Amino acid sequence: MSTVTPPAVRADERALETRAQGTGPSTAYWTGFFIVVALLAVSPFVLPEFWQRFMTEILIWGLFAMSSDILIGYTGMVSFGHSAFFGLGMYGAAAALLMVRPPNLWLAMLVGLVAAAVIAMFVAFFSTRLRDIYFSITTLVFSQIFYVIIFTWTEVTGGENGLTFRQPPFGIPGVFTVPFTRNGIHWFVLAVVVVSYLVLRRVTQSPFGMVLQSIRENEPRTRAIGYHVERYKIVSVMLSGLFAGLAGVLYAIQNKFAAPDFVLFLISGEAVIFNVMGGIGTLVGPVAGAAFFLLMKEVFSRVFYEYYLIPVGIIFTLMVIFVPQGLLGAWRRHLNR
Amino acid sequence: MIPFDQVLVQIVNGLVSGMILALVASGLTLIFGIMDIVNFAHGDLFMLGAYVGTTAFITTGNFWLALLVSVLTMAVLGAVLQATALRPLLGRDPLTTILATFGLSLIIQNYALWQYGPVPRKILEPVGGHFKLFYIEYPWYRLVIAFMSAAIIGGLYLFMKYGKHGIWIRATTQDRVMAEAMGIPVPWVHTVVFAIGAAMAAAAGVLFGPTVGVNHAMGFDFTLRAFVVVVVGGMGNLGGSILASIFISLLESLATIWVSPAQAVIVSFVALILTLLVRPTGLFVPTPK
Repeated sequence: MSTVTPPAVRADERALETRAQGTGPSTAYWTGFFIVVALLAVSPFVLPEFWQRFMTEILIWGLFAMSSDILIGYTGMVSFGHSAFFGLGMYGAAAALLMVRPPNLWLAMLVGLVAAAVIAMFVAFFSTRLRDIYFSITTLVFSQIFYVIIFTWTEVTGGENGLTFRQPPFGIPGVFTVPFTRNGIHWFVLAVVVVSYLVLRRVTQSPFGMVLQSIRENEPRTRAIGYHVERYKIVSVMLSGLFAGLAGVLYAIQNKFAAPDFVLFLISGEAVIFNVMGGIGTLVGPVAGAAFFLLMKEVFSRVFYEYYLIPVGIIFTLMVIFVPQGLLGAWRRHLNR
Repeated sequence: MIPFDQVLVQIVNGLVSGMILALVASGLTLIFGIMDIVNFAHGDLFMLGAYVGTTAFITTGNFWLALLVSVLTMAVLGAVLQATALRPLLGRDPLTTILATFGLSLIIQNYALWQYGPVPRKILEPVGGHFKLFYIEYPWYRLVIAFMSAAIIGGLYLFMKYGKHGIWIRATTQDRVMAEAMGIPVPWVHTVVFAIGAAMAAAAGVLFGPTVGVNHAMGFDFTLRAFVVVVVGGMGNLGGSILASIFISLLESLATIWVSPAQAVIVSFVALILTLLVRPTGLFVPTPK
């Protein structure tokens, strides 16, 4: 049933689960979901070329934001080092595309995901022993360690210049292969993001997800009930890191490069901004936050050029103070049903 | 075999940069101890202080006057930032304050880029001259930095220990509610502590300015190192942070004998992770009962 089986499924867990399923998602929710997905799917036909790319980028950064929402919104741990997973996904995909001839899309995704998962396991092992600010600082420090390694290990990672490669064709091995068109890559990204959303949504509603939320609400009590809190936290960080890595792979495939800038802490900071702006603990909120942020960046860069982060930073700080629940926070209950 | 003189030179280097770091970190730990705020913008206050110092230096031509101007400007700015952005967050989840100060960090960093441009700026050393330290000519100014930092930190210590307002600050750190009940204006203590922290960061920035070019990205590096130091020294523990600054800087300096300075940072990161795993309360504090 659930994607990750907890060590022991207890009676109260089952009760939580039946309650979660009893109220079930409303038809309004699914109608909205299909309308949004359909709009995203036809968007390449209506939008000019620049905005087509923009939509694809929103989807990728949205997936990245969603992945960190698992930690921030559902487990209550603010990760300031999510760029490490994104970057490792990127470099993993790059390694597979550069070393295997002919380049294979699925292999790139697999290698990227494995790289992100291994790193996530390593980071999770150390960082989950700490909570609150200490967790944030530890994740930040880990991401900086990976940044320094990638930045200085020029022979392997290309150092400051990063790595460039050709886009792999889309296809099923032995059946067909077609090169990606611009629309093709958009639909591919859309499909991956939608499936990831459904998987993550299912996970947050599973008994496992319920335990994560109970850790967020009251950690000592969760421990007192008998859950092995550390183990849940480790799996939570790994799950989150895996999907962040997936976003990195998609970004690498779309843009045909991997660069150390994407391992830098600013990217982690952006993930946190997406979450706060969109509304934590909603999964779609962070996607909306990413869209809002990228749109602001686009608009403000036309007025303020490279200093767009000044107005964006002001809006972000004001939102933290006055709208702490974010853009979609008001619908949080509705979106989680 | 490691050359002995090289190790000694690196130890002197480590002590000097340790004192600068201690100046930044003691402000950070003071702010954390009193308000539970992890100030993500602390390194950026350091950076902006250095820039204000360059402007003041160009107008006045006097380094010590520039130091004073920068310290006062940043103290006022710190008070304004605390009163506008952080005071409304009092009593909310400490993580919200990380987010708010992260927003401030973005604003300050990009403001500096906009105002001063991407080319690093240099402040002239107020004290010239070198002395011979084994195989290199060591600038006297670096020792001046260490002594100035020690003097400022010593001043802070005396103020905290004997000054009336210093006692207010310590009282607020120990028990916010009780301090308020005794008539201490706690919201103002918070603002003043943030201002002191900003001023110390600015002083560190101006002192550090002549040794490297001042650029808009140097703040984050210091934020991160100050975080490491504050955690290793024990959150909110002033003495611990100072010892940890020197310890971490010595580690990094000695590591540069074998690896590049960029990679030496990893050594302090590993020290942080080990500290968190073995003694999460900090290396330089008595074991909590």
